[in-house]
Amino acid sequence: MRYKRDPDLIRKVIGRKVQFVMGDTACVYGSLLAGCSFFAGYPITPASEIAEEMSRLLPRVGGVYIQMEDEIGSISAVIGASWAGAKSMTATSGPGFSLMMENYGYAIMSETPCVIVNVQRVGPSTGQPTRGAQGDMMQARWGTHGDVEALVLAPSTVQECFDLTIEAFNLTERYRHPVCVMMDGEIGHLREKVVIPDEDEMKIVDRVVADKDDDFLPFDVSKKTGRKVPDFPTFGKGFKVHVTGLTHDTRGLPATDSQEEHEKLIKRIVSKIADDRDKLTMVEKVHLDDAETAFVTYGASARATEAAVERARKEGKKVGMLRLKLVWPFPIKEIRKLADQVEKIIVPEMNLGQIVHPVREYAEGKCEVISAPKVGGEMHTVEEVYRYIEG
Amino acid sequence: MKKEIRICGFGGQGIILAGFIIGKAASVFMDYNAVQYQSYGPEARGGAARSEVIISDKKITYPRVTDVDLLIAMSQDAYDKYGDDVSDKTITIIDPDLVNGEGKKGKLFKIRAQHIAERLGNKIVANIAMIGAATAISGFLDPEAVKKAIEDTVPERFKDLNLEAFEEGFKAGKDAVRGKLPA
Repeated sequence: MRYKRDPDLIRKVIGRKVQFVMGDTACVYGSLLAGCSFFAGYPITPASEIAEEMSRLLPRVGGVYIQMEDEIGSISAVIGASWAGAKSMTATSGPGFSLMMENYGYAIMSETPCVIVNVQRVGPSTGQPTRGAQGDMMQARWGTHGDVEALVLAPSTVQECFDLTIEAFNLTERYRHPVCVMMDGEIGHLREKVVIPDEDEMKIVDRVVADKDDDFLPFDVSKKTGRKVPDFPTFGKGFKVHVTGLTHDTRGLPATDSQEEHEKLIKRIVSKIADDRDKLTMVEKVHLDDAETAFVTYGASARATEAAVERARKEGKKVGMLRLKLVWPFPIKEIRKLADQVEKIIVPEMNLGQIVHPVREYAEGKCEVISAPKVGGEMHTVEEVYRYIEG
Repeated sequence: MKKEIRICGFGGQGIILAGFIIGKAASVFMDYNAVQYQSYGPEARGGAARSEVIISDKKITYPRVTDVDLLIAMSQDAYDKYGDDVSDKTITIIDPDLVNGEGKKGKLFKIRAQHIAERLGNKIVANIAMIGAATAISGFLDPEAVKKAIEDTVPERFKDLNLEAFEEGFKAGKDAVRGKLPA
């Protein structure tokens, strides 16, 4: 691809530095500034605005937008574009996310950088199309078959839809692993103020492109001291690379009968994420220092939760909130520390209880862990969250 | 300062746009924080539509309106459906040609927004006339900021019409505050 990120042009196309836009639009702005030059997708409520804005803006910065026949085609095109060297992205909602699961695994296995945005709506199946939910949080972790890790972000504000989309591109380029941005219909369709940072306030990561050595092996990391991410051999640059979802050796050729090769490969792919768990952890702590009761939450659920915490504090109650910006890999250390400190952890989520499970696992019985579920396409009210503090 | 605003009417009246313009005026041109969201039926025109805005000089955590400071109703259906969460502090503005609005809490103002828009030649700008009135009556929106938000939002060829609708609505709002009956 001949695309070259041109910050001046991108900023001109995006417009004013301070804007009042939807979460979906903020996600598009973030992706453009991150250097995304390829989008393939299929419109679906409540993610359609991402495709719509991308179709309008991406060609104007020199990128390519394709509306595909479905979501399987979408993620396939995104993977292909990434191998051609493009920072690439797709955006969907529950039904489309389900269709993408097989190739999500292919992107993990083939170590293809790409960003998958899921503006979650109520499921299962077509569910409540216009209503937000957080029902796909476990799917993002476990939805594809086989042994995998996951890189999953969850924005709580429109500004974070912008910030975390840039973070998603940076992570996917650094780790050569797909990154899911788990938005939800509530934040995706909410309008708030977004402040576009100046160029010198932003950090943009690009994948490490391989050198064309004579003895180049595309999936070999033995020469890279401590680093488990192989350099990227962009298609069309003279590399001879075989890319496959089959278990492969360092040449990229199938090694489907070798227990050793498989274990070596999968352990490297999984541990390149898991080893960096603490480094990757992104949490926000609100009134946690002296808290005796803590909420652990993420995404839209954090909005009512923070209001409930503020109310409790005004009434002199020692309540705090740990908000996960990066949900996977799971912040094990933070949860262990919190469970040592508090008597009770409450987990508000817009599902029947998903992230409460790893919270319970890593609280290791040291405190009470309570699920605070809400389904049906409405956010928790502040009162509903607040009641769990006493109850 | 925190104000919760609900605008309701039927789909096609520009209810969502009205909320968007108020939110933009507050957040981009007045340096407040603002959130805006909407709900509407599956029909593109005709069903009850609602747009809600919160503006504040502090961080806005919970992004839902629960305690309405300003209620604008432009259809009977929507007023019946979304006219709750009001209290003695609530300012309610209705278009008396479209809504029968007696008997709710707080202060009631009647603005013939659709009539103003028709007089200007296009009833599509009734929403903007209503924003003009709301700016004059509520007192917490800077008229210059709202005008900038309108200019920034509407298509170029409708700019003058929209700004005129704002001014006419603003005047009607001032009159209503002074106790003059709508013409």
